[in-house]
Amino acid sequence: MTASSSNDAFVEFERVQKSYDGETLVVKDLNLTMPRGEFLTMLGPSGSGKTTCLMMLAGFETATHGDIRLGGTSINNIPPHKRGIGMVFQNYALFPHMTIAENLSFPLEVRKIGKSEREEKVKRALDMVEMGAFGGRRPAQLSGGQQQRIALARALVFEPELVLMDEPLGALDKQLREKMQFEITDLAHRLGITTVYVTHDQTEAMTMSDRVAVFDDGRIQQLAPPDTLYEEPENSFVAQFIGENNTLEGVVQEINGEVAVVKLDDGELIDAKPINVGVGDRTRVSIRPERVEYNKDRLKEGTHTIKAEVLEFIYMGDIFRTRLRVAGNDEFVIKTRNAPDQVRHEPGSMIEIGWLPEDCRALDA
Amino acid sequence: MTDNTSDGPMLAADGTPLKKSLARALRLQKMRALMLIAPLLLFVLFSFIIPIFSMLSRSVENSIVVETLPLTVTELQAWNADSGELPDEPVYAAFVADMVVAIDAKRHTRLGTRLNYEQTGMSSLFRKSGRKIKRMDPEADAPFKEKLIDVDKKWGDVETWRVIKTHSPTITNGYFLNAVDMRRTPEGAQSQPEDKQILVKLFGRTLIMSLIITGSCILLGYPVAWILANLPMRTANVLMILVLLPFWTSLLVRTSAWKVMLQQQGVINEVLVWLGMVADDSRLVMINNQTGTIIAMTHILLPFMILPMYSVMQTIQPTYLRAAKSMGATNWTAFWRVYFPLSIPGIGAGSILVFILAIGYYITPEIVGGTKGVFISNRIAYHISSSLNWGLAAALGTILLVVVLILYWAYDKIVGIDNVKLG
Repeated sequence: MTASSSNDAFVEFERVQKSYDGETLVVKDLNLTMPRGEFLTMLGPSGSGKTTCLMMLAGFETATHGDIRLGGTSINNIPPHKRGIGMVFQNYALFPHMTIAENLSFPLEVRKIGKSEREEKVKRALDMVEMGAFGGRRPAQLSGGQQQRIALARALVFEPELVLMDEPLGALDKQLREKMQFEITDLAHRLGITTVYVTHDQTEAMTMSDRVAVFDDGRIQQLAPPDTLYEEPENSFVAQFIGENNTLEGVVQEINGEVAVVKLDDGELIDAKPINVGVGDRTRVSIRPERVEYNKDRLKEGTHTIKAEVLEFIYMGDIFRTRLRVAGNDEFVIKTRNAPDQVRHEPGSMIEIGWLPEDCRALDA
Repeated sequence: MTDNTSDGPMLAADGTPLKKSLARALRLQKMRALMLIAPLLLFVLFSFIIPIFSMLSRSVENSIVVETLPLTVTELQAWNADSGELPDEPVYAAFVADMVVAIDAKRHTRLGTRLNYEQTGMSSLFRKSGRKIKRMDPEADAPFKEKLIDVDKKWGDVETWRVIKTHSPTITNGYFLNAVDMRRTPEGAQSQPEDKQILVKLFGRTLIMSLIITGSCILLGYPVAWILANLPMRTANVLMILVLLPFWTSLLVRTSAWKVMLQQQGVINEVLVWLGMVADDSRLVMINNQTGTIIAMTHILLPFMILPMYSVMQTIQPTYLRAAKSMGATNWTAFWRVYFPLSIPGIGAGSILVFILAIGYYITPEIVGGTKGVFISNRIAYHISSSLNWGLAAALGTILLVVVLILYWAYDKIVGIDNVKLG
């Protein structure tokens, strides 16, 4: 298997399992290959095993089974301090008893780098995150965003090839978080660092990553670039977890090539794209709110439509959000752009909705 | 906005100065708070602060001489103590007059005891002379000089009179001089004779042994606190009971247990002899000396070290160590450069607690210390309850208190007292 560790595979997980108590597996059969320079996000609800994977990669947890390789060599038995992996922690973990400059200098000191070189590198790292004037301060004197930048600079100052980030933006407010998202990705791409980023915030994952690994129940549910993940979820967990999503449940009645006809539980028929279902299977049909069409003229001939009762109309500025009752589902939402000719549906009115079969995916139930 | 903001003090809505108005509003709250703490305040005042000050004042208070011998003290002022000649008749006459009054009130023996601290033999001199002077008449029997020297030839000794004169002022530094192995003489402060110099040595020993005890508590307590802080909460709570167990056992029981363990026929020696590691005729002497005091007191004071250390270590996030290791630090470097500096407030708090407790410890050294392992506090207790030299005891206590305060001040300068966390 080592032959497969070619140049494009920098980080590899092979059949990795992890159990803490010897009874349940927190990580079940994880396989993952990352090329050099990629920004990969591990996304998932808490308890899905994403942080455990990160800790195994960093060396703070050992894999119960399987192989973790870095640059082609197995690192299972290499202690964390010899792995040369930079890490940004959720609470930053800046040493409170050292100044900012001392914090940054620490990884260089333990590497026995000379004083003048150390000072130069610290200065360069501080300038990189635009914190050059703060070297003499203590972490407690900095704001959350500033601490975040220092943590980033400290993880990068010894020029690691791989940087791990464990929910680094979790403690920041929304505005600052968006700014930092941009700064982190920009920095990572500029320096060409391979980054593994753990978060439970899907917006963060979508905006920052080259690829996103969606974790649930100790497995990677789907590993794909953000747009693929959003538009082509492979199972209903991913469809539910990424973005807003409407689901309807039913049974697959027939499949004609790319289009399946699904009989919903209340008897109505709709069109969908079959993903991992066969005729007669129960299915959970997933459709994005912005792909639902209520204007019949824009739908293809022969498309199945379905009646819906408007329950609520919410004006949100840039978009309208209309909540409908569809096939017994009260939480069916459609989103429409705020345009001059846009219809505003009155609550209580009945409308007919439909969609392109390729926008609607029939997934596992 | 209003014209009263531009010049003069800020005014409230009704025109009174804002400061006054605020003070009035807060006064009621302050009064209520004061009422709530008043019972405790009074209790502490009457049972702690006043007794302590009255005790400390005894270290300089010396009115007994002038109260018992008022006429003599006045007459002695005219006498030159350095002349080498005995005082003249008026002094003797005044002395007899004073003594007759004092003997009547049975105060002369107390004065004898007091002066005996300064010059041995004074106590018996006063007691013996008292019986004879009682029969004298201060009017009819004059002159007294020869008669008194007949009663006891020490009245013909210049030194006796010098002692009385030297110690006649109502405020004295004599007790403090005694406390540092010196004494008050007519020629000023002088060192005590070699064989009487024990107190400075005892102070030094108390300090050094307290430091050793503090040091051993740090060495033994640090790993325990570390384990407690890093275990899961539930396990840590169970182990915490073991740490606290000594608190719930009587101090005497624990100290006596060490006596059983450490004595020459005790558990440890028996085991060592049985194992053949120590010959039967050269059993280790581990009790009634400094070793015994250090071992027993380290054990007794250990919880005071572990608890503050534990509470500080609990606040050190494990991610600090992980961060250090991720940056390339070995386990040792991560500990030494990151964990240890962050745990210093705990060590400081524990040390200051243990040291201050140790320096004034009494019971344990008394039981296991023998003669070589006792502390200054044992000496204070001796002067309080056996020799009844309360003045000296008070002086020793004052010095001990000042030493502790100086060390506390120095600690504050070096480490900073706000770095100390007691929980």
